[in-house]
Amino acid sequence: MSAIPLESSVEAAAGRAPASGATGRPGASHAAPLAPRARLLPALAAVYRAQLSRARVARIPLLFVATFQSVGIMILMRGVVDGGSEARSVVAGSSVLVVAFVALNLLAQYFGRLRADGGLDHYATLPVPPASVVLGTAAAYASFTVPGTFVTAVFGCVLFGLPMAHLWLLAAVIPLAGAALSGLGAALGLLAPRQELATLFGQLGMSAALLLGVLPASRMPEPIAYARDLLPSTYGVEAFARGFDAHPDWALIGLDLGVCAAVGVVSLAVAAWAYRRAAVR
Amino acid sequence: MSTGTAAARAGTVCAVRGLVKTYPATRGRRGAPGTPEVRATDGISLDVQRGEIFGLLGPNGAGKSTLVRQLTGLMRPDAGSVDVLGHDLVRHPERAARLIAYLGQESTALDELTVSLAVETTGRLRGLPLREARAERDAVLDELGLDEIAGRPLKKLSGGQRRLACFATALVGERPVLVLDEPTTGMDPVARRAVWAAVDRRRAERGATVLLVTHNVIEAETVLDRVAVIERGRVIACDTPAGLKARVADEVRVELVWRDRAPVEVPEVAALRAEAQEAGRRWTLRLSPERARAAVATVTGGPAFAALDDFTLATPSLEDVYLALGGRTEGLVKA
Repeated sequence: MSAIPLESSVEAAAGRAPASGATGRPGASHAAPLAPRARLLPALAAVYRAQLSRARVARIPLLFVATFQSVGIMILMRGVVDGGSEARSVVAGSSVLVVAFVALNLLAQYFGRLRADGGLDHYATLPVPPASVVLGTAAAYASFTVPGTFVTAVFGCVLFGLPMAHLWLLAAVIPLAGAALSGLGAALGLLAPRQELATLFGQLGMSAALLLGVLPASRMPEPIAYARDLLPSTYGVEAFARGFDAHPDWALIGLDLGVCAAVGVVSLAVAAWAYRRAAVR
Repeated sequence: MSTGTAAARAGTVCAVRGLVKTYPATRGRRGAPGTPEVRATDGISLDVQRGEIFGLLGPNGAGKSTLVRQLTGLMRPDAGSVDVLGHDLVRHPERAARLIAYLGQESTALDELTVSLAVETTGRLRGLPLREARAERDAVLDELGLDEIAGRPLKKLSGGQRRLACFATALVGERPVLVLDEPTTGMDPVARRAVWAAVDRRRAERGATVLLVTHNVIEAETVLDRVAVIERGRVIACDTPAGLKARVADEVRVELVWRDRAPVEVPEVAALRAEAQEAGRRWTLRLSPERARAAVATVTGGPAFAALDDFTLATPSLEDVYLALGGRTEGLVKA
């Protein structure tokens, strides 16, 4: 097929039709055949690859900002926290903060901008499932966080003298917390009535992840501790923090990651719905 | 007109009936006044034939883009019907993407991609398998002469190059109908020729139908088979460019450019002023041939001539048609 690409797309256009050969013959009593839809996974892969390539052009400075911010917070907290469980939650919180910054804040801004200036039209006029656009973009933003999260975690372990044996947990924490936070970010960006509000919500979400995730929970007043429980990134932080224990409780880690995954499924579904709503006005 | 193929395989590709879309009034906020309710499309009906290059001409804000957004399933009309190749796109807006390739005015979604990846990704999202998407990408980039800039991100290109790259994305994953919203904005003549050659090729070889939004009257006259003139959400005329121009064939356009100011102390010049459209030092008049001759005689002889910088006499263009039909021409472009 690919040897004669232009011809082949005509075939593709007629692909779903029962061999009537009436492609584009209008005025006839029957409707012309429709070109095939893009399927979920190939379209998701195409969006993911395209979004990932944007990192080269636009994202790298912001990734540095995310990492420096987290490293700076850990250095500040070094003076306050002596070690033990508080040090663990500071390192875990700072690491997951990188995910929150990129996946929640930057993604909310991206979708807010895309919606505000008509960029969504490009996707909306292609036969692509909404979930492919949202998941592909969210996955790309979660991927952007990988280097910064690892750098932050390793730096934190050195700074606070924590064991690095279970840093591999990040391989589960980043995609699951990333799914939950990027779904939230995408939904905020797509639902915000104005672009500035999308930016604002993204910033607020990240600030919440910063304050509730990095500060040790034991020192929080009770209502704020409840708010902390509502934030999906908290469960990523907890799962990762437990990995610094001498004998990690794998059941609890699994439970925390399960919460992240469940929130991720819900928030990505909401984001896909929000995309559909934003695309057709 | 080169509508041989269109005539041979005629048939209605796109039928629009009574399309209405009203933007609700907005309340004023502090510092920004509210806007009244606007009928962006006000009962538009059109038929576009197979293989035709059909134009929507009008100034900015006439309702052209709102109309194409309803044709491409991006916006639901309040009333009316859109039928494309036998599919009801008001009831099934999601089918539009499988019948129509749309080039909008915005490229935000593609700006940070390279030209090559933007075209390939769009092809894949139009349902092409990877190998086909790449083969079509290479063919289209070659056809439009974009090979040299294929590796550069769109946002680093000039406006015309970026527009051409976006046009390339509209060509991968072929569709029987192309809807192009001001495709040649900012392009140099070479790029424009590449666009019209590519459009012509698709029409001649595959009977593609093109719906073109433009506010450029010269482009409308040269590339369109038929044109619907849009003003304030309504179609005020629909014909071939030649047919439209025949409506004002008894008029001549006189353009006068004064050196620094018009010599209104000359009585004949003062009389002309009443009928002139003034744009700085330029006056545009639409007159019968006899009166045009008299006007030229006045300004090229006697005291008025000293104040005259330049003058032209021309047969009517679509712009004159537009004005004769009662349109506002300020938003139209002649280039």
